[in-house]
Amino acid sequence: MKQFLGFIKKEFYHIFRDPRTLLVLFGIPVAQLLIFGYVVTTEVKNISVAILDRSKDDVTREITQKIIESDYFTLTQNLQSDTQIEEVFKTGNIKEVIVFEPNFAQKLGRDGTAQIQLIADASDANTANLIVNYTSAIISDYVQKQNKLQLMPMQIKPEVRMVFNESLQSVYMFVPGTMALILMLVSAMMTSISIAREKELGTMEILLVSPLKPAQIIIGKVIPYVALAFINAVTIIVLGNLIFGMPVNGSLTLLLAESLLFISLALSLGILISTIAKTQQVAMFISLFALMLPTIMLSGFIFPIENMPVVLQMISHIMPPKYFIIIIKNIMIKGTGFGFVWKETLVLIAMMMVFILLSVKKFKIRLQ
Amino acid sequence: MRTIGIIIRKEFIQIFRDKTMLPIIIVMPFVQLLVLVFAATFEMKQINMVIVDQDQSASSRRLISKFEGSPFFTIDGSTFSDEQANDELLAGRSDIILKIPNGFEKNLVSGEVSDVQLLVNAINATVAGLTNAYSNYVIADFNKQMISENVNIIQPVKLKSVDVTYSYWYNPELNYKIYMLPGILVILITIIGAFLAALNIVREKEMGTIEQINVTPVQKFQFITGKLVPFWIIAMFELGFGLTLGKIIFDIPIVGNLGVLFGFAGVYLLVALGLGLLVSTMASTQQQVMFIIFFFLLTFIMMSGIFTPVESMPDWAQKVNIINPFAYFMRVIRMVLLKGSGFRDISREFFSLLIYAAIILSLAVWRYRKTA
Repeated sequence: MKQFLGFIKKEFYHIFRDPRTLLVLFGIPVAQLLIFGYVVTTEVKNISVAILDRSKDDVTREITQKIIESDYFTLTQNLQSDTQIEEVFKTGNIKEVIVFEPNFAQKLGRDGTAQIQLIADASDANTANLIVNYTSAIISDYVQKQNKLQLMPMQIKPEVRMVFNESLQSVYMFVPGTMALILMLVSAMMTSISIAREKELGTMEILLVSPLKPAQIIIGKVIPYVALAFINAVTIIVLGNLIFGMPVNGSLTLLLAESLLFISLALSLGILISTIAKTQQVAMFISLFALMLPTIMLSGFIFPIENMPVVLQMISHIMPPKYFIIIIKNIMIKGTGFGFVWKETLVLIAMMMVFILLSVKKFKIRLQ
Repeated sequence: MRTIGIIIRKEFIQIFRDKTMLPIIIVMPFVQLLVLVFAATFEMKQINMVIVDQDQSASSRRLISKFEGSPFFTIDGSTFSDEQANDELLAGRSDIILKIPNGFEKNLVSGEVSDVQLLVNAINATVAGLTNAYSNYVIADFNKQMISENVNIIQPVKLKSVDVTYSYWYNPELNYKIYMLPGILVILITIIGAFLAALNIVREKEMGTIEQINVTPVQKFQFITGKLVPFWIIAMFELGFGLTLGKIIFDIPIVGNLGVLFGFAGVYLLVALGLGLLVSTMASTQQQVMFIIFFFLLTFIMMSGIFTPVESMPDWAQKVNIINPFAYFMRVIRMVLLKGSGFRDISREFFSLLIYAAIILSLAVWRYRKTA
């Protein structure tokens, strides 16, 4: 036991004598939270638009005014002819051109209808879709006000309630997502690299001939990272709550326990990677490719899983972060208890068992 | 020149000797492209709806069948109890609840406005917004039908209307994949290139082989060039490989000039690999390098506008993007591939990166110490 404690102490020394890595380790969650909170918003704001006004009358000026008054758009350019449209799109800044037909006000007054054409740069399909919707909404709002439209009879008026997230904040998505991402990467990458490092430098042999049992070596390697990752988890929960107002509606104890479970799972995955990889480079690339991008893309962090092709939905079932994200969303946002997440918890435990069993089988205590 | 050639050859031998690295370089990007491009979509395909129909009338059934007929909605349950419906939402099995109150049809026929309630699971705000928009389309459709069937009852009023037409240039089908693929490609070639370059020098440090090079007459700039070129070639190859895959599998449009694209990519890679080498000269262990690079990668990728438009980011973030090489290439690759922008359109980005590359590479050469 004393030897074992000594070994853990050695691991802590390894970590603490490298302040640069330590700084990055604790900086990552903070930086990611800030970026997701302030930078990566799916809302559109200040989108540059150009106007091609072939009519230049009071009504078109009024509509233009309405459009640029909104937070969504900034008027960057007034175009004079059709040929300029292609040009402004190609230089890249302008995302939408609004074209008013000639004699706009006159037609609106006389025939009761006039035409506006919206041309969107749809190379970014998502944004284009949003921009066009917003512009149409502003225009139809203007028209409705002109008509002083009273509500028609025999109509359904839907009353919409956004459950769990009344004001449609994105923090409900990115805090759980960031937590899964950081815990997964920090734990799995750190362990796999630090074990691969011992192999690469040849110090693994020294450890293997020591009286420590292989299991003790591995557990000793992992314990410091459990502590580090746990600190990260707590940092994210606290920052998310203080800065972004992310609630913890359910039990905090349950949340921390589930985080600990997920950390252990990530660590066991890290151990498994290290049994396969001979060098740090390989360990790193496996953790990076097999963990980072899938954790971002296939876990429901940013893109909803239900919209993916069936094959990918199936793959997402074996992504541990997916279950973890479901669990923490349940606990933090919906405030549900263990009764609603026991299935996901069991899946995580089962996955962890599989990883540990595989690593035990693959772990070589002898040299080739 | 000959010296540089020899260093490059040595690097290539070392890279190809490692049997685990090769598949990582070739297979990983392939798999990633396939999986990630398909995964990155906000297109809604299936919205699960639970119905609480307390009216049980012809009109309420008609509204429900409107939802059933929409390609977006799947009705996966109906119940009479509010509580049961809320449970479905709580358990995450359904995305939206439609509540039709008692007296719905009576109100409708008597010419009043009828209420229905929509409860949307809004944890994902983007999806909730879309769900709401789609259900409003369905209801607006229902309303329109009501008006046209009852023209004799409802007095038609002469209203002004503005006819809004729209066209989506460069991507009329609003295919999100052709937008994501170039973005993911940028990430892949950068990860492969920058990480390999960054780990390279520090690995020699860790192994002690750097001292053997230090005692040779190899010049500092020769050493850095020799380290840079192989990864530059690999990354350029990845780009070509990825584009070919994109063309074959996703049929991405290549509107612009490939020469412009590869020329730009070449300069971009100088910056990306230069940054990797710079970190490598400063760090002492591979672990350090990985975490430092990893930190910057994650930050820069998210800020580069791969998922969300840069224009919507706050001002300070757009300023930070001046030093974010990802942001330049992310923008340019999409402009050239999808819109066919020419060299004139991207010249500002091109020269900015060129200056950037010169600074970074000089720093890397300067930071590399031949003395221990």
